[in-house]
Amino acid sequence: MLSIKNLRASVEGKEILKGINLEIKAGEVHAIMGPNGSGKSTLANILAGKSDYEVLEGEVTFLGQNLLELSPEIRSRSGLFLSFQYPVEIPGVPMVNFLKASVNEHRKFKGLDPLTAGEFLKLMRAKKDMLHLDTELTNRSVNEGFSGGEKKKNEIFQMAMLEPKLAILDETDSGLDIDALRVVAEGVNALKTTENATIVVTHYQRLLDYIVPDFVHVLYKGRIVKSGGKELAFELEEKGYDWIKNGEN
Amino acid sequence: MENQDKLLNDITTKEYEYGFVTDIDTDVIPKGLSEDVVRLISAKKKEPEFMLEFRLKAYKAWLKMKAPEWAHLKIPPIDFQETIYYAAPRTSPKYESLDEVDPELLETFKKLGIPIEEQKHLAGVAVDVVMDSVSVTTTFKKVLAEKGIIFCSFSEALIEHPDLIKKYLGMSVPITDNFFAALNSAVFSDGSFCYIPKGVRCPMELSTYFRINTAGTGQFERTLIIAEDDSYVSYLEGCTAPMRDENQLHAAVVEIIAMDRAEVKYSTVQNWYPGDKNGVGGIYNFVTKRGICRGESSKISWTQVETGSAITWKYPSCVLIGDNSVGEFNSVALTNHHQQADTGTKMIHIGKNTKSTIVSKGISAGQSDNSYRGLVKVMPGAINARNYSQCDSLLLGSTCGAHTFPYIEVGNKSSIVEHEATTSKIGEDQIFYCNQRGISTEDAIGMIVNGYAREVLNKLPMEFAVEAQKLLAISLEGSVG
Ligand SMILES: Nc1ncnc2c1ncn2[C@@H]1O[C@H](COP(=O)(O)OP(=O)(O)OP(=O)(O)O)[C@@H](O)[C@H]1O
Ligand SMILES: [Mg+2]
Repeated sequence: MLSIKNLRASVEGKEILKGINLEIKAGEVHAIMGPNGSGKSTLANILAGKSDYEVLEGEVTFLGQNLLELSPEIRSRSGLFLSFQYPVEIPGVPMVNFLKASVNEHRKFKGLDPLTAGEFLKLMRAKKDMLHLDTELTNRSVNEGFSGGEKKKNEIFQMAMLEPKLAILDETDSGLDIDALRVVAEGVNALKTTENATIVVTHYQRLLDYIVPDFVHVLYKGRIVKSGGKELAFELEEKGYDWIKNGEN
Repeated sequence: MENQDKLLNDITTKEYEYGFVTDIDTDVIPKGLSEDVVRLISAKKKEPEFMLEFRLKAYKAWLKMKAPEWAHLKIPPIDFQETIYYAAPRTSPKYESLDEVDPELLETFKKLGIPIEEQKHLAGVAVDVVMDSVSVTTTFKKVLAEKGIIFCSFSEALIEHPDLIKKYLGMSVPITDNFFAALNSAVFSDGSFCYIPKGVRCPMELSTYFRINTAGTGQFERTLIIAEDDSYVSYLEGCTAPMRDENQLHAAVVEIIAMDRAEVKYSTVQNWYPGDKNGVGGIYNFVTKRGICRGESSKISWTQVETGSAITWKYPSCVLIGDNSVGEFNSVALTNHHQQADTGTKMIHIGKNTKSTIVSKGISAGQSDNSYRGLVKVMPGAINARNYSQCDSLLLGSTCGAHTFPYIEVGNKSSIVEHEATTSKIGEDQIFYCNQRGISTEDAIGMIVNGYAREVLNKLPMEFAVEAQKLLAISLEGSVG
């Protein structure tokens, strides 16, 4: 589904990603862990098409297409979803309008008719129930004044609405209370099929108890320095990153 | 940055959507302005003597006045002798049904997206359509008449209700108020008149669509709205103009008078031809709008969405004479390409406990220049007056300008005047967030800009708000490629 080969990228002249290699197949869950500033969000943003970054080298193939050539909106419509680490607020734009535009763009891309207001509201209600999302949130402006946890829940709610092929969850667990974490994780699991894949960026093993990864990768200073099964996450939880750092140089 | 540049580029490629000309017979008098022309206009309109006197007085005053130069605008010299001061559709009978209306005109409305028949039946909006200068159709008259409401063209009012006009004309905007008001007073061709009797709530939005249609014709509208004690009216003004190369002068005057506990809401969507992307052509829009809250606890609110015109010079104002009276100004002004806008309001507090609120949202793109200019003046006798002003500017790109010129004069110690101002750039992060959800940059900008303006758009009546939202998006649209 996603194939990253030797991806190097910089921001403002500073090289952040120094040669990432990653293969993700349909049906898989990959966790990416690593110390602060190691480049996890950078990788997520580059995959989503944020323009601040300069790709220096490498190839990314997503569902057979050269991902790096696609505009961010086409990447989204092709099934790539990013749950932002820091979702932005868009004052004055009601969540409902935003989501309706989003869902209908995705439908248009697939050659489907736009949903009627009634159909859309029905879909929205179903997904809100699934994530125990406060009804009132969708009447408010996009993320405006949402609490940290509400913002994260709102990201997963959007994911549920769009049902992406590849979801990248960038620290979706941070800011969620224990109950919310479980609900969100259950939501993500419910959306899981053999057709889609998930990248979970997290600092904590806790989330991985719920969303069980097939692979765990450690990103350190712009490189994947270690990969393993879910037991690697336990090891990291126990030992911290020092042993990897030390092993590195 | 790259995104910003692209955005800028896209914006500057978008051309005006409503640029077309309706081919209707018009009755045009020779261009140029003189006492004879003023007399001719008055004669053509078969006006009462007092009206001619009013015009002549204004004309003489205007001759001695100079165009204002204090605005943050670059105004090319206007040759007032090159302007045509009167044009009326040659066939202008009142129609009983739409079948009788010139199909060309109906076509025009369709292009504008104004389904007049639908409006008549569905929206409950009485439409007094001003095509060039004279009313062509007036609807819903009967319903209004039952309530004693007068809503008609200014010319008609001059014949049917000369006493009301004689009493109130020039009360809010005196002949000598300013250069453009004086010019309008001398040569205004037509406009709307609205009278709401005591205790009457107008059951529908009163709406006028204006269009400038004759090449080289200056458009001089005159609107007078009188709301008697305990009455209420919501008035809508909306306009678009066909594409033209030469500049067209527009100097409208709107006067409102609100008596005891009366409330008048005046909403405008202004979308005249803004000129092309190189700044060629476009309407010069010099408007004087003023409301007087004469009665106690009266209220006048101006809501405007300004997206058109090459030059906008406009300060809808409130004179708060009655104790406890309230003035409001809500504005969205969008400039793109080479458009220039200097707009704002004046709130003059005279009565006790008077309150005013100003919300101004400026949006600048392209090479445009967008200024807010506002005066809040609290007279010594206006004890416990309150004003709150919020002026926000949003910049799209780095080649446009946004300016704020607030003037505050407080003449007593019991009053509170608050002013807040912000300037921001459209957020790349917000655009990216939308992109990441499948929304194109163009649509994202439309959405974000609408969100930014929401507070003001919410003040518009429903059907108008929808139109205004589309207009904001359209005005910034380009083809992303
Ligand atoms: N737009 C930017 N401008 C300058 N530096 C940036 C920018 N984006 C990222 N960086 C830098 O790149 C490095 C990697 O940042 P990134 O956000 O990818 O880290 P991360 O692994 O997600 O960290 P965290 O665990 O704290 O979220 C950091 O040093 C960061 O300061
Ligand atoms: Mg991060």
